[in-house]
Amino acid sequence: MEKLKNMNKTTRRNFLTYAFVIAAYIILQLWAGAGMKSSLRGMLVSICAYVVMAVSLNLTVGVLGELSLGHAGFMSVGAFTGVTAAVALQNAVASAPLRLAIAMVVGAIFAAIIGFLIGIPVLRLNGDYLAIVTLAFGEIIKTIFNNLYVGLDAKGFHISLLEDRTQLLEGGKLIIAGPMGIGGIQKIASFTGGAILVLLCLVVIFNLVNSRAGRAIMALRDNRIAAESVGISVTKYKMMAFVTSAAMAGAAGALFALNYSTIVANKFDFNTSILVLVFVVLGGLGNMFGSIVAAAALTILPEALRGSDKYRMLIYAVVLILVMLGTNSPRVRGFLEKLLPRRGGKKEGV
Amino acid sequence: MSFLSFLISGISLGSIYAIIALGYTMVYGIAKMLNFAHGDVIMVGAYICFYAVGHFHLPPVVGVLAAMALCTVLGRVIERLAYKPLRSAPSLAVLITAIGVSYFLQNAALLLWTSNPKVFPNFFGREAVGPDGQAQLLTGVELFGGQLRISYVTLVTIVVCLVIMGALSLFISRSKLGKAMRACSEDKDAARLMGINVDTTISLTFAIGSGLAAVAGVLLCSAYPTLVPTTGSMPGIKAFTAAVFGGIGSIPGAFLGGLLLGVIEILSAAYISTQLSNAIVFAVLIVVLLVKPTGLLGKAIREKV
Repeated sequence: MEKLKNMNKTTRRNFLTYAFVIAAYIILQLWAGAGMKSSLRGMLVSICAYVVMAVSLNLTVGVLGELSLGHAGFMSVGAFTGVTAAVALQNAVASAPLRLAIAMVVGAIFAAIIGFLIGIPVLRLNGDYLAIVTLAFGEIIKTIFNNLYVGLDAKGFHISLLEDRTQLLEGGKLIIAGPMGIGGIQKIASFTGGAILVLLCLVVIFNLVNSRAGRAIMALRDNRIAAESVGISVTKYKMMAFVTSAAMAGAAGALFALNYSTIVANKFDFNTSILVLVFVVLGGLGNMFGSIVAAAALTILPEALRGSDKYRMLIYAVVLILVMLGTNSPRVRGFLEKLLPRRGGKKEGV
Repeated sequence: MSFLSFLISGISLGSIYAIIALGYTMVYGIAKMLNFAHGDVIMVGAYICFYAVGHFHLPPVVGVLAAMALCTVLGRVIERLAYKPLRSAPSLAVLITAIGVSYFLQNAALLLWTSNPKVFPNFFGREAVGPDGQAQLLTGVELFGGQLRISYVTLVTIVVCLVIMGALSLFISRSKLGKAMRACSEDKDAARLMGINVDTTISLTFAIGSGLAAVAGVLLCSAYPTLVPTTGSMPGIKAFTAAVFGGIGSIPGAFLGGLLLGVIEILSAAYISTQLSNAIVFAVLIVVLLVKPTGLLGKAIREKV
């Protein structure tokens, strides 16, 4: 305890975040063993995947300060490549957790490569133009996966676009079947694997943010021109944050996909990107703990509202608007501050 | 001939995009916000017109006017309740609120009108006597001895788009309110000092944009007659892309961007691949933005240190 007090503020907050994730994992794992509703148990892996999506997008939006509307595209790349790897290695690697790990690594690598390629044009733009180009890339990735056919036989991988021309040999298997996506996936994703991925991503992000590179990235966010004038390379550091973020989204995609028996490209559309962006903004820009809580809460909320079935998405929308109004409208804020004086401890800047 | 007919349907689709893009670009120019709920206002407009004509048996013109009036009111209500309290908030907060409004409209439509697709009636036809002597409904004109067929919907869409563009350009450049709108988009504080009521001007912009969205909704559903609660979202995204394509904030830009986007979409679907047409549209957008980062007609704002 004494040590916790003496730590610097950021370090303490980071450790508390780790502790929170571990505690949440232990509690949920115990609860899952002792009669958790099966609908909730089925969501644990999705929650982990969305948490990773949220913290990784927070790296782009909160830390780098660029709005990305195509984050689901990277998730899609990770999901399809990761599952393909998992299917290809089905016989070679017997252990399911190991295959899950390989799938996530493959997903992360491919998403990072795509992130790098997309980053070259995207990061030259600024503001809303950058946002719309990420949106465009997200849609392009979705369209490509909707028309991609990948088969595997004794001779290796066969890839074709638009129509199935893979001409597999006897005993071959069509893995990605265009708009049908991937079917018959072995559900090897586990909550433990998801929790480890979340922790791993947090370690990477916290270490990146608190490093020299992280400070350079934040300097770019706060004032690009000033940062450039002291010799910070815009492209390099923007790319660093963007690719890291893409890689994590890829791993999350692989995890997410391996929790379902079928996965289609349309699952990772613009709405998914927006959903993750909502997590990030509600949790607070640059605040990883907030992203985790928001992602978990908002993934469960539609499920929890299932009682009021017909109205649940309507309620979700209203809650979203009210929260944004409540946290950002000066009038509502002033009212709340009057109601709860001396809370939050925010001092007015001079 | 087939090229000509593809081109014409591309221009027609582009005209619809252009009308929707006007709403995005005007709101962006003045309020500096991406109004993601705009696409759903289109859907609401189409439903209102559908019910006005289908259930209350009003003439189509009245239906369109009713849709415009109600959407204008809807736009103002949304602006008043959801966006106005956030005038000074960071733009991301406004963006998320707009997404919330979009979800709200879609789900409200789902509750009110269910997810069953409605078949939108074709308003643009005329009774004629066919070659076999029986009365039939003509929905288009045939040129060059039947080689080129243009439907009335296509013609009406293009004409309506041109009329709206002309009227709006005149309004923005000549009227006092239009001048106020331009002033607000240039510099809000300076405009306020000149005695312009910025809040009213922003509300007016939303009202005009939403009214136009209703027209776009009716035209869209006349051309593609399936109406579901998510009808507006994809055209909304495309029109938003069109607005950026032409240079967001610029009205001629929205027109040009919309037309080009529609033509590229139809031509690439016809000659390259139907499935990949969306990807091609977005790829062209990316290339344009790389060459001209502020869009085709956008003004580059120099950053001053």
